[in-house]
Amino acid sequence: MTTKLFGTKVARVEDQRFLRGQGRYVDDLLTDDPRLLHAAVLRSPHAHARITDIDVSDVLDVEGVLAVWTYDDLVDAMAEPLPLLIPHPTLTHGRTQYALAKDEVNYVGEAIAFVVAVDRYVAEDAVSRIRVDYDYLEPVVGIAAARAADRLVHDDVPGNIGARMEQETGDARAAIADAPHTLTLELDIERSACTPMEGRGTVARWDPDTSRLTVWSSTQTSTGVRGCVAAKLGLDLAKVDVITPDVGGGFGVKINHPWPEELLVPLAAMTLGRPVKFTEDRREHFISSAHERAQVHHVEVGFDDDGRLLGLNVEFWHDHGAYTPYGLIVPIITSTQLLGPYKPLNYRVVFESLYTNTVIVTPYRGAGRPQGCFVMERTMDAIAAYLGKDRTEVRGTNFIQPDEFPYEHGLVFQDGRELTYDSGDYPASLEKLKALVGWDEFEQFRAEMAAQGRRVGIGLACYVEGTGVGPYEGAHVHIETSGKVKVATGLTSQGQGHQTAFAQIVADTLGVRFEDVEITTGDTRKMPYAVGTFASRAAVMSGSAIHLASLRAREKALRIAAEALEASEEDLEINDGVVSVRGTDASIDLGTVAVLSNPLRYAFDEASKAATQFSVGDPGKPPVAEDDEPGLEGKDFYSPERSTFANGMHAVIVETDPDTAEITILKYAVVHDCGHLINPMIVEGQIHGGVAQGVGGALYERMVYDEAGQLLNASFMDFLMPYVTEVPTTIDIDHLETPSPLNPLGIKGAGEAGVIPSAAVFAAAIEDAEGFPITAMPISPSELFALRLEHADHTTEAATITGI
Amino acid sequence: MSEQVHDVRLHVNGSVHEVQVPARRLLSDALRHDCGLTGTHVGCEHGVCGACTVLVDGRPMRSCLMLAVSAVDSEITTVEGLTEADGTPQGRLSPVQQAFSDCHGLQCGFCTPGFLTTITAGLRDNPDPSEDEAREMIAGNLCRCTGYQNIVKSVLRAAEITAEIESGERT
Amino acid sequence: MKPAPFAYLRPTTLEEALTALAGEPGAKVLAGGQSLVPLLSMRLAAPSMLIDINALPDLGHVTCDEAGVRIGALARHAEVLASVEAAASQPLIARALSHVAHPTIRNRGTTVGSLVHADAAAEMPMVLRLLEGSVDVASVRGRRTIPAAELFAGPLESTLAHDEVAVEAFFPALPAGGGIGFEEIARRHGDYALVGVAAVVTIADGDVVGARVGFVSVSDVPVVVDVTDHLDDPAAAALAELDPAEDIHASADYRAHLVKVLTPRVLADAIHHARTRKQA
Repeated sequence: MTTKLFGTKVARVEDQRFLRGQGRYVDDLLTDDPRLLHAAVLRSPHAHARITDIDVSDVLDVEGVLAVWTYDDLVDAMAEPLPLLIPHPTLTHGRTQYALAKDEVNYVGEAIAFVVAVDRYVAEDAVSRIRVDYDYLEPVVGIAAARAADRLVHDDVPGNIGARMEQETGDARAAIADAPHTLTLELDIERSACTPMEGRGTVARWDPDTSRLTVWSSTQTSTGVRGCVAAKLGLDLAKVDVITPDVGGGFGVKINHPWPEELLVPLAAMTLGRPVKFTEDRREHFISSAHERAQVHHVEVGFDDDGRLLGLNVEFWHDHGAYTPYGLIVPIITSTQLLGPYKPLNYRVVFESLYTNTVIVTPYRGAGRPQGCFVMERTMDAIAAYLGKDRTEVRGTNFIQPDEFPYEHGLVFQDGRELTYDSGDYPASLEKLKALVGWDEFEQFRAEMAAQGRRVGIGLACYVEGTGVGPYEGAHVHIETSGKVKVATGLTSQGQGHQTAFAQIVADTLGVRFEDVEITTGDTRKMPYAVGTFASRAAVMSGSAIHLASLRAREKALRIAAEALEASEEDLEINDGVVSVRGTDASIDLGTVAVLSNPLRYAFDEASKAATQFSVGDPGKPPVAEDDEPGLEGKDFYSPERSTFANGMHAVIVETDPDTAEITILKYAVVHDCGHLINPMIVEGQIHGGVAQGVGGALYERMVYDEAGQLLNASFMDFLMPYVTEVPTTIDIDHLETPSPLNPLGIKGAGEAGVIPSAAVFAAAIEDAEGFPITAMPISPSELFALRLEHADHTTEAATITGI
Repeated sequence: MSEQVHDVRLHVNGSVHEVQVPARRLLSDALRHDCGLTGTHVGCEHGVCGACTVLVDGRPMRSCLMLAVSAVDSEITTVEGLTEADGTPQGRLSPVQQAFSDCHGLQCGFCTPGFLTTITAGLRDNPDPSEDEAREMIAGNLCRCTGYQNIVKSVLRAAEITAEIESGERT
Repeated sequence: MKPAPFAYLRPTTLEEALTALAGEPGAKVLAGGQSLVPLLSMRLAAPSMLIDINALPDLGHVTCDEAGVRIGALARHAEVLASVEAAASQPLIARALSHVAHPTIRNRGTTVGSLVHADAAAEMPMVLRLLEGSVDVASVRGRRTIPAAELFAGPLESTLAHDEVAVEAFFPALPAGGGIGFEEIARRHGDYALVGVAAVVTIADGDVVGARVGFVSVSDVPVVVDVTDHLDDPAAAALAELDPAEDIHASADYRAHLVKVLTPRVLADAIHHARTRKQA
């Protein structure tokens, strides 16, 4: 290879269209089609109610309205509940909603009626004219109310408990009972959400001439949507194409499917014979997509004088909202990934996944890991504080050591496989982090700041992240006679730069120019076998599949070229799309190899003229050999035995204002190990974005429900996503590259990493600044102020009691 | 009852668009759906996110907080109008656009048009911003992907590119 | 989130606008629209008609004389903020305006519009009240001047009659011996303040002879407290007249605490400003 692109900061190819305003997001599609119709949804204004009557008679008077659907209009599979995508044996009481509410609504925002009109304005006019009669029911809001179970979300789910799951290695309770020291912690995390800049959206067009349905959706899984649409609308899979165009961010929420609108839009398009579009607005995204994060944890830990974990017993309660379409993925990840880089000798975890009358919960970047990291790292800090040891020392004592990989935890991970870490070097990462943040110099800095009347604190947090979960991804590589390489992989892109990173892999593996590679993602017409983009899996899964498929194409190219050049395959090399015999002038373009690979009957251009059956091959043999096929292509799938485990450590220095309790970030440091980096620029961008989202989650963002189940901050005015003014001015990043032995490129996922340790690291730093425990996140200045008062009272009381 | 439609003449990116819209049509929708300029994105429709920011008589404004009927007397520039003519059909990226590519100032690209328009106007007012001024320039736009680090770099890089062009170092 | 239908009028004379407004009880006036349009899009407001005053002549002025600063109904926040004369005449205007939303909003939003929107969480109504300015309003019935003390009736409610249009605001100049201070705490840069405090003081012969403090976001209407006689503990005097409320961003206690922190600080700034200010 002349230039190796893997590992270099290649500028992104997708930027050209985005920067020119030529990206194509769902709402941009079919805008010039005068037949396009627009949908709006009537959503429940109540958190819990029975529907006694729906009157749509006023709607049809609205000029420009074409149709309205309620539950009664749905038939066959559409009248059944939406699928429970990921069943689990412990999810004994899984429930999913209907595409349109039948009899009962269980959260504010649940879809009740679907209106299609000439434009969105008119569709909203129509929605406002639908009259619904409700019998109000008391809602269940928050984990405490769900556990109390004075009221039930679903009558047939006792205790509001959807699932109870327990895993244990060793005997944690006995180990804790026997331990020299024990601590108990109560730790809370509140609700938040992905909040991509583009909400959900779906467009569908039914072509009566070919009886074919095309659906464009802003999704993280085209193949998943395709399967659901076909099944729900009773269509043969072959009649449904799903295309994911440019997507304005996902962060997890767009992996859930099918959303009611993803089925109702195609249904309407087929019924009305006109294309139909649904574009979710911001309020709808807040109240009717999905949230995450809310969990309450009870921790018991036993440890020795060095701070070594002897036993860890964690019970937690997960708020999964009104329904469970995405199963138990989030709490299972918390329960397993909580362990981070440590090896508690005995570990027990039990969780209950609870129903509440709030919007559903599906994975949000990090997917249960931020909560797990918060629990484990708060525990580590508590142990260090108890023993009066440095926090990094206690962590070092508990690290899995580099010579212990593969490390088996004896637990079952989210993919149903054994939780086995493949590689990492946690002590080395910690040393890097200490140097990067200035851990050992911090006390001096603290003293200097204190002299100026300023209050600072430092915190760190470590995590391990299972990335690249299965089952598989695939790729198809096609070398055209022009020498251009067209590559398709089925998972989708939401801004991660797949078109660039994947092209880097193809260029290197195949030996072609980067500019000649074009990557297509998320189009079921090009690659109908795929899973989706989640769990930091795209680079690992599709990257590996693309590498393998490129190898196949390369193998075939070399075979044909060897024949044409009358050379041995071993003597050939491919550079910049030219196959040459090493050390000679003999060469052939890959495009010509493609010509040779495909004997043609018709000469429609110069390349095809050269490929006609009269000019190619041995007249004594069939034009296509028995064990061969025409075309210069490679197709392969990558299906790993188990996930690969990336890891990282963050440290932050914060300043807390002694007067106003405002929290300012002075320094943020990241050490990150995701194996080999395909494109360091993209990886760093992912870390930057994750850190910013983590800052939001730790210090600004929360979903505030009132007791009636109304979301009080369903707007960007009150859901406080950080602007540039709220994020660290710099993020210091250092990489460690311990390659994964599980895939051919040695890569691990990087997409979620930046957000995982945020709650933990900010809690640690604020605690360090303030001198009292921080056990609930996020935290606002108002809450920090309240904690100060509370602890000042305690100090006063203690002083009184001891007579000081 | 049928809603009254207004004949509105919008001046966008140097072209005139005659559109027929009801009074309530937001400028963002008129640009996207009536003028076909889908580069302007809609992220919140309540004026907070800044994705829909366009230049109105050279000054950045939220197109979701304006009515198309109220924009008749203004010259509007959208992201599609930032590209500079260089004889090719596509045109050449402006310094701000180029800087975003150089500095990885975008990921999903959805918020990007609002940043590009805002920064284009910001650098016109302040061609040589400090890092703090660069931050202030983009402080009213939300991005969920990049963490803003590389957007700040892009602002500074765009200023550099512009200076290079003006000094003749770059063509 | 799309507005409900409304009729639309874009008058080119004030008389035309006033006549239309008088004839349509459900009409609302559109100037910058930065507060109104979100309310329309969320369908929290559904006027029967919008009277767009953006094409009216002679309302975009920011003029200054010895008495103070006169701001026309179509002067955008950004234009007021850019006025060197206005900043010289009454520096509190610019100090407060730089905290109003983000620059992009200030490019369209009007200062007069913000005043009659009467949001107690907004800076400019409080500033007008603190400075004892006024708003000139016009209707088919004639013109009148509403002193700031009589302008704010309740949450998001001004005392303008339905048929009246605010055409100009007047902010008195800072007199010789005067000084101002302003500070606010917001969750995010550019957000509405959790608490905002402004102060105006008068110094004579080195002594503070007048001290008034105005507050944002701690009551339903802009509140001003005279603390001239409470300079030893101005916050306590202020809190006696304030009733901070809890919302999702801050507890009432925290707001009260911020009043305690900010009031003396801002007052001290104002006194410092008065003492160091170059007298014209």
